[in-house]
Amino acid sequence: MMNWILQMAPAWAEAHAPALIVLLPLLAGPLSVFMPGKGRFAWGVTVGVTALCTLLALVMLAQVRSVEGGAVISYAMGGWAPPYGIEFRIDALNVLVLLLVSSIAFLTSIFGWPTIEAEINAEKRSMFFGAFQVCFMGLLGVTATGDAFNLFVFLELSSIATYVLVALGAGRDRRALPAAINYLLMGTIGASFYVVGVGFLYAATGTLNMADLAVHLQDVGGNRAVQVGFAFILVGLGLKAAMFPLHQWLPNAYSYSPSFVTAFLAATATKVAIYALVRFLFSVFSLEYIFEGASLALILAPMGIAAMLACSFQAIFQTDVRRTLAYSSVAQVGYMLLGISIGTAAGVSAGLFHLVNHALMKGALFMAVAGVVLTYQGTRIHDMAGLGRSAPWTMTAFAIGALSLIGVPLTAGFQSKFALVSALLASGWWWAALIVVFSSVLAVIYMGRILEAVFFKPPNNPQKRHKEAPMLLLVPLWILALANIWVGVNGGFVQGLAEDAAQALFIGGGQ
Amino acid sequence: MRTDHHIILRVVAKPLIPIIALFALYVQFHGDYSPGGGFQAGVIIAVAVILYALIFGISPAMRAVPPAFTRSLAAIGFLLYAGVGVWALLMGGNFLDYDALFNEADGGHHGQHYGILLVELGVLFAVAGSMLSIFYAFAGRVTEIKDEDW
Repeated sequence: MMNWILQMAPAWAEAHAPALIVLLPLLAGPLSVFMPGKGRFAWGVTVGVTALCTLLALVMLAQVRSVEGGAVISYAMGGWAPPYGIEFRIDALNVLVLLLVSSIAFLTSIFGWPTIEAEINAEKRSMFFGAFQVCFMGLLGVTATGDAFNLFVFLELSSIATYVLVALGAGRDRRALPAAINYLLMGTIGASFYVVGVGFLYAATGTLNMADLAVHLQDVGGNRAVQVGFAFILVGLGLKAAMFPLHQWLPNAYSYSPSFVTAFLAATATKVAIYALVRFLFSVFSLEYIFEGASLALILAPMGIAAMLACSFQAIFQTDVRRTLAYSSVAQVGYMLLGISIGTAAGVSAGLFHLVNHALMKGALFMAVAGVVLTYQGTRIHDMAGLGRSAPWTMTAFAIGALSLIGVPLTAGFQSKFALVSALLASGWWWAALIVVFSSVLAVIYMGRILEAVFFKPPNNPQKRHKEAPMLLLVPLWILALANIWVGVNGGFVQGLAEDAAQALFIGGGQ
Repeated sequence: MRTDHHIILRVVAKPLIPIIALFALYVQFHGDYSPGGGFQAGVIIAVAVILYALIFGISPAMRAVPPAFTRSLAAIGFLLYAGVGVWALLMGGNFLDYDALFNEADGGHHGQHYGILLVELGVLFAVAGSMLSIFYAFAGRVTEIKDEDW
């Protein structure tokens, strides 16, 4: 199939894919501002652009996999050769994240129209899609770039657009405004920490290109400035990735933003930040540095475990479905961080595998909730009682996502949790494996509460008639739900991609 | 509206505003040889309009430079910048590779010259448009201070 993609792709797509995938949404964003038709045109353009980006990501995936061990695509912006110019550098790791972000963006933007029509004022819709394109572009840029400072620029572009998108939830719930301000403050602090860290690294090495940084860092080694820079970058990216206890912005931002935005962000935003963290931990820095080994064992692993336990408990006590899912997201970030903190290829690949699967399950869950918000206007667990009968298609997909989140066999969640537990046992962290199992039991409780209400409780309002979400919403929802099952039954392909990504980090010896 | 205690401000500002705008263009086009360029020039242009708004009121300023125009200006400036990059792509170079713009022989520098000129113009539009949009977004929310309250 990969060869077929390479044969079909036009030459310009193969030569310029790294730039085009960022450029298309970058151009479509400002164009959306001018589009008439109460947002309908802008929506069409968004769907088209995200589809094209998905195709470009597939082309790059085929290119990377065409060489044994994974090729590296380097694209020099403006013809300035790296390390002096800005370089877009695609390898097995970030092509996976590019494909994930663009395909999720494609699916969510298809389903987005009915919910946006219901939640966003007509005159704001074109601007809304413009902001979404910029956010999408920023996430792709963070993933594609090979330049540490350029990463900061894209990180800020996507974050600023995200604050706008979250604030637009005010049309449905005014609490979106404080949530957006809170997110803005925390996000800006995170980005500042990151850029200060990059400043320290630049002071120590005199370069900003990541591959070049990795080489020069070996000369300066455990220099104090490098250590301080590492700490700043870890905290900054940790904040963006909602690493416990820096996750306080996330539950409110996910609960009150427009349904479409929640589904997109939950599946992509923290994932891209985790990608950037992995890139810094294993490509720019490496395990040879003593301070990195120490911070993996003493910071990332305990914080990951704390997130798995504390946030799962918090999720149990929520009355709002979206807040339950948001706290569960922080807990799932804990699984990924735990996998990464093992510091072996198996651990990192388990973390990345869970990253992809979590995007699939949270995408499906938040889409299903969006369908309920659209048809029944309510996000409390109480509001969802009895919906299993009145909206069976929406709720069955929700149940598949929930089972996958718990980690029931034959779903995606089981595959990646199994990989994680295997990696933990292989490194002798049997106690952590036990905590993973215990935290999954907590997931049974918090998802079980919702599923019980949906399928076994009588509707709290018997007037509620059979009312399914519109077809535009059901199709992408079911694609994601079936993807969960497909990965669960036949996880080899996605797991292979995650393993290649981890191999690229470890065998490449830091690129 | 027209009361005496604003007279000095009005008289001084009127000739100043065109000079400020002119200085912005100087900063813009002298950016090739000296510190300056699109960003600074864009801020200065925006300052000229903001000064007008401060002295003559926000609604006359919005009539002269409508908010819809400033938003579009920001988007157009951005598209101009990115458009130069796409032009380079179409001519067979990498994104934003100015050397590829005119398919010159070695040693030709027109591409570099015009490329950066257009890009800086895009920055000027984008910065001026965004600055004014932000200013209008904040200033448009408050009721104006009445002359009696001075």
